[in-house]
Amino acid sequence: MTVHSIKSTRRSFLAGAGLVIGFTLAPRMFSARAMQGVQAGGDTALSPMNAFVKIGADDTVTVLSKHIEFGQGPFTGLATIVAEELDADWSQMRAVHSPADDKVYANLAFGLQGTGGSTSIANSYEQLRKAGATARAMLVAAAAEEWKVPASEITVEKGRIKHAATSKESGFGAFASKAATKTPPAEPRLKDPKDFILIGQELPKLDTVSKTNGKAVFTLDVTADNMLYATVAHPDHFGATVKSFDDLQARKVQGVVDVRQIPQGVAVYAENTFAALKGRAALEIEWDLTKAETRSSDQLTADYEKLFAEKGLAATNNGDVEKAFSGNGVQSIEAVLAFPFLAHAPMEPLDAVFVKAVDGSVDIYTGAQFPGMDKSTAAKVLGLDPEKVRVNTQITGGSFGRKAQFGSPYMQEAAAVFAATDGNRPLKHMWTREDDIRGGYYRPMYVHKMRGAVDADGKIVGWDQSIVGQSIMAKADLDETSVEGASNLPYDIPNLRVISHNTTLVVPPLWWRSVGHTHTGFAVETFVDELLEKVGKDPVEGRLALLSKEPRHIATLKKVAEMANWGSPVPEGRQRGVAVVKSFGSYVAQIVEVSVSNEGSPRVHKVWCAVDCGIAINPNVIKAQMEGGIGYGLGAVLFDAVTLGPGGKIIQSNFHDYRSLRINEMPAVEVAVIPSGEPPTGVGEPGVPPIGPAVANAWRRLTNSPVRRLPIVNVLSA
Amino acid sequence: MITFKLNGQQRTFDGDPDTPLLWVLRDFEKLTGTKYGCGIAQCGACTVHLDGMTRRSCITPIATVDGSEVVTIEGIEGKEAEAVQKAWVAIDVPQCGYCQSGQIMSAVSLLQMTPKPSDDDIDGAMAGNICRCATYQRIRQAIHDAADTMEG
Amino acid sequence: MIRNITFTSISVCLVLNAVIAASNISWAQDKVAAKAVELKPVSTFQSITDEKQRSVALFEEAGKVIQHPRCVNCHPATDRPLQNLTMHPHQPPVTRGDGGMGVPGMMCTTCHGSENVPVIGQAETIKSIPGNPNWHLAPIEMAWEGKSLGAICAQIKDHERNGGKSIDQIVEHMGQDHLVGWAWNPGEGREPAPGTQKAFGELIKAWAQTGAACPS
Repeated sequence: MTVHSIKSTRRSFLAGAGLVIGFTLAPRMFSARAMQGVQAGGDTALSPMNAFVKIGADDTVTVLSKHIEFGQGPFTGLATIVAEELDADWSQMRAVHSPADDKVYANLAFGLQGTGGSTSIANSYEQLRKAGATARAMLVAAAAEEWKVPASEITVEKGRIKHAATSKESGFGAFASKAATKTPPAEPRLKDPKDFILIGQELPKLDTVSKTNGKAVFTLDVTADNMLYATVAHPDHFGATVKSFDDLQARKVQGVVDVRQIPQGVAVYAENTFAALKGRAALEIEWDLTKAETRSSDQLTADYEKLFAEKGLAATNNGDVEKAFSGNGVQSIEAVLAFPFLAHAPMEPLDAVFVKAVDGSVDIYTGAQFPGMDKSTAAKVLGLDPEKVRVNTQITGGSFGRKAQFGSPYMQEAAAVFAATDGNRPLKHMWTREDDIRGGYYRPMYVHKMRGAVDADGKIVGWDQSIVGQSIMAKADLDETSVEGASNLPYDIPNLRVISHNTTLVVPPLWWRSVGHTHTGFAVETFVDELLEKVGKDPVEGRLALLSKEPRHIATLKKVAEMANWGSPVPEGRQRGVAVVKSFGSYVAQIVEVSVSNEGSPRVHKVWCAVDCGIAINPNVIKAQMEGGIGYGLGAVLFDAVTLGPGGKIIQSNFHDYRSLRINEMPAVEVAVIPSGEPPTGVGEPGVPPIGPAVANAWRRLTNSPVRRLPIVNVLSA
Repeated sequence: MITFKLNGQQRTFDGDPDTPLLWVLRDFEKLTGTKYGCGIAQCGACTVHLDGMTRRSCITPIATVDGSEVVTIEGIEGKEAEAVQKAWVAIDVPQCGYCQSGQIMSAVSLLQMTPKPSDDDIDGAMAGNICRCATYQRIRQAIHDAADTMEG
Repeated sequence: MIRNITFTSISVCLVLNAVIAASNISWAQDKVAAKAVELKPVSTFQSITDEKQRSVALFEEAGKVIQHPRCVNCHPATDRPLQNLTMHPHQPPVTRGDGGMGVPGMMCTTCHGSENVPVIGQAETIKSIPGNPNWHLAPIEMAWEGKSLGAICAQIKDHERNGGKSIDQIVEHMGQDHLVGWAWNPGEGREPAPGTQKAFGELIKAWAQTGAACPS
């Protein structure tokens, strides 16, 4: 229906250290028919200053975000960085998703385009400062030429270009198209951070308004004329495949257009979503379980525990652990901790819209966390040259890691659904919540065996930790993501051994908001708390004494203790717990206050949180991410597990049995952002790791029962 | 033929009467502000006002809407709606934003019935609306702020 | 694995600091019994010659209904209804409110319409959303959750705790009320209360006629 012809004219553009190759997009031919969906790269009528900055005749500055906006705030953060060096006014700033391009828009931490590891600000900071400064220099050059004055005499302030001596003044728009033709400076001058005007301010987020009036266009909201809607029937066992199916009843459902088998299951095509759902429900499918995972979660746990007897992969081996444990007067504590599979359950389930243009090229609208990978994957499945596939990243309803998948397995399915049609009708493929909860790519199950040794003087002298679970990176050797946070234990313990055992399951693993720290943070912070209790030390003072080489841990922990007035009397029936975890370069310490609820489960009343994430671009966004990380992590440790039942059938399927934290369970959260001149680091994930262990530590003090198995509430109810 | 009022306008629907209101709004009326999150009335992302009261559109067959009045996030108006949306923007409540239409529909209904809600009132009205980003603290604050501005 | 979870069992668990096995409670709808439980007809009880004993026996039979989760779930001891044969607290967490109709912003009608609604194409464990034109919670003074049948019986007869109903009105309520009748028509995926509303009503009527004696 739509003619989208895209031409990219590349030109050489150096921003700073040769990081950026810019390119411009020639205007596309839009169809005359209405379609709701946001094209990557933004309005093509705007003048591009470089790959990241476009300026409109109306003075608007549009930042092309190479990172997906799914709530963690890159639109606002990246636009702030550009606006700072551009000396723009905040009111003129806009942000859109960049096109998919693994070179131009590479995450400098990964080498390809992608969002993850809380790197959006960290990897873009210098790059976008340069992009902003470059655009500023080009605007100034254009104004100097037009006004016939030396560029050095021109100033820029709050979006106004001025020449004081001649009293000339202009907005950006008047010079935008001329500036776009200027040669960018090889090495634009960057501000001294002490002169920052916008960075560090709590600027209003750019995407808030459209998210309060229903106008933000998520992938699920993309619509095209004559669009088909498709759902896929999936097995309820991992590794199962379609043996046979009967679609007689499905085809009778009003609105069902077709039924096709695809590698991932059976696809139902319909004129609307409900018909696709009703048709899917009417399918009779026999699944082949020959290659399926048939062990239950309980069996898996037992199998995992057997691996403790094996040698494993040494992640860390400092000092002499065996000797430490056998020392004179040494006492030891042991604990085995079990962590379940966790689904990410973003509010917007996975979805994608495909629209074929008359030239055979395809526009894909989706929440692409790895857009380049989604693009090449879709191209392969569709049998197209990658140049003929455009990925238009949409505003996305959360991810928490779910949409960042190597090899783009979701896109493989979605593209297979589209490929099974003649492609002449646009198509929306949608997962239901059940597809999402049962779709795998979980935070893997892990089992940790902890041993700690304390000597006669009450000193922790040995730490021995074995971790069993899947390698997220599918490695045969040591996977850092399995041991991060443990192998580099921040505490001064002379004899430290961390062993990793990789397991192989059919259940596909994935990173889940804060990755390895989801379990290592819990294990380390609950176990150090128990050891400190054993030697009669205060949880805060005891940690501080063990952190002598970690000044930023110390500062964060001290700050949170000060906020909570640690040591002051705690209300009757409540206890406090503390945890401090460094993840993704950021340091987060939390203190929680917990009581036992009427239901007999932890009721978290209050969380104090201190975060050091280097230079704070937008403290309000940082606070929001801490609040969100706390709520997300708390819901998981209290309620969540995806369990394989007898025979390997997946038990949970939707929010009724995979519980989310709700407003009545949300603690009051108070966040302090520690001032810092260090380079900025991430905030999307680091709020998560400390909340679980902090709650578990408080719970242990309340009930005398340490938390050995998550989630807490399911286990209590058993 | 099912007839109902949608954001003040008469609409008809003659498809499958089992079709949930949610999909009629989204697929037929192209009003996409109302979201799908679970399909089983657990998450509240699909909340609309049906005859002036909150209703989860995902479990509301269109056949039961005949003769009723539906208001969605696109059509919501009045002092409560204005106050809520302003308060939401003022403290940047949304993160991913996907659940926020439903949150706002519930919050507006609460304020229409309880202009000065307590924290317990807010829990009561909002506990059916899941936010996986956990923007709950700001939702609570924004509802209090909206109530204050309405009073002022 | 469905387990019967109550608040008390959880707190006992905590107090005893019991060794806790790994398991999961089920939030799904009922696993419907293969065969519906029947009620013995009134005639079965004619052989009991002592009228008081007969009355008690009739009430005990009716108790199969009264103490069935389908009834107790909406006669909760707190402000939160229960769900499922496991009688777990209602999810999402809803609150009694004025007249047991929910609270502003989340009235019962937010989800419960005038009839049961099948859920199509979603969770296999949630087959329908229950509904009734008069969907609401029983008042707190009529709470049955956690009470013995004898205590419930005494409560049913107590004007202070039965909404001021006479015995005749109780007989009518039990045997005729449409919302009570929902228990035998609870929607797909839910086990109905034993027998039929008619049989239950007859038991209650016979109980009333035999002096409405209560189990001790």
